[in-house]
Amino acid sequence: MAKRGDIVIDIERCKGCGVCVPFCPTETIALGPEVNSKGYNYLVKVNDTCTGCTNCAVVCPDAVITVYREK
Amino acid sequence: MAENLIKPENLVYKKTSVMTDKVMHYCPGCGHGTAHRILAEVIDEMGIQNETIGVAPVGCSVLAYNYFDVDMTEAAHGRAPAVATGIRRVFPEKYVFTYQGDGDLAAIGTAETIHACNRGENILIVFINNGIYGMTGGQMAPTTLEGMKSSTSPRGRDIKTMGNPLKITELVAQLPGSYFVTRQSVHTPGSVRKAKRAIKKAMEYQKLNKGTCLVEIVSNCNSGWKMTPVQANKWMEENMFPFFPLGDIKVPQE
Ligand SMILES: Cc1ncc(C[n+]2csc(CCOP(=O)(O)OP(=O)(O)O)c2C)c(N)n1
Ligand code: SF4
Ligand code: SF4
Repeated sequence: MAKRGDIVIDIERCKGCGVCVPFCPTETIALGPEVNSKGYNYLVKVNDTCTGCTNCAVVCPDAVITVYREK
Repeated sequence: MAENLIKPENLVYKKTSVMTDKVMHYCPGCGHGTAHRILAEVIDEMGIQNETIGVAPVGCSVLAYNYFDVDMTEAAHGRAPAVATGIRRVFPEKYVFTYQGDGDLAAIGTAETIHACNRGENILIVFINNGIYGMTGGQMAPTTLEGMKSSTSPRGRDIKTMGNPLKITELVAQLPGSYFVTRQSVHTPGSVRKAKRAIKKAMEYQKLNKGTCLVEIVSNCNSGWKMTPVQANKWMEENMFPFFPLGDIKVPQE
């Protein structure tokens, strides 16, 4: 079974570009309906399926995501 | 979620401290941010934060010095390789890099680029090629593709009247002074990891004093191209990569 992971999203840094979304293999993330103080629809977790693969964090231009994976 | 996984021992990825906490001014989805981050991660992993000196260009990345927590200076438009030459010659033990767009490196700075590489200055040049002058409003650059629309080629670049797109990276690879020349991208997790390995290799080569290393990153300019970030990355794959193919162009002959 894949390891379990989790992410922390720095809402104020996110620009809602959506580049990370298609690279999540488990559909954990999506752009949300709420906006941050800059008016961007920031990234949210929509499922508890994260495996901690780091794909989203690695492709994010704005260093928004911190990733954790169980040891 | 049954158990809280968010604890220090489970951490696998966080923003490197070689990047400052300032929110970057780049447009949403712009590859400049990703390129900054992997360069900063390399500096972090090599433990050379206090040994690194960067030179920022003119272009969208003119404020790059705000985002790297290393010593940096600003060069006049296109002159970064000349400034970096001076810095590296005065401090031969330092790691010196320039960070430049295609307008900066391949138009106004062509002379500095070619001659620094031909002299074999021991610097790393990180070259962001988005096919356009991003900062000033999406004008045609030397790298603009045939048929590609820009604000100064609204019907697409016409080779007859506007000349051919320039593969300056291939040109640099021909010069005896260049040591390692490669073309990468940062639009998928896999390409980001690869580009980072290339930057790391280039940074490590600097210690050998064997010549100039140039890492081109073919990138997007969503605003200039007038596309969403995801569309721009797709357009880049379909249109930029056939003309600017990814991969190593010159590798050291050990
Ligand atoms: C000597 C001089 N000429 C022209 C300009 C105007 N100018 C500013 S940025 C730029 C082009 C930058 O394009 P590029 O290097 O491709 O970087 P990008 O903005 O696309 O990242 C130009 C022509 C200037 N600042 N200084
Ligand atoms: S790639 Fe980064 S900035 Fe873009 S939506 Fe994802 S988390 Fe936000
Ligand atoms: S104008 Fe283009 S190059 Fe400049 S920050 Fe925006 S997307 Fe990036």
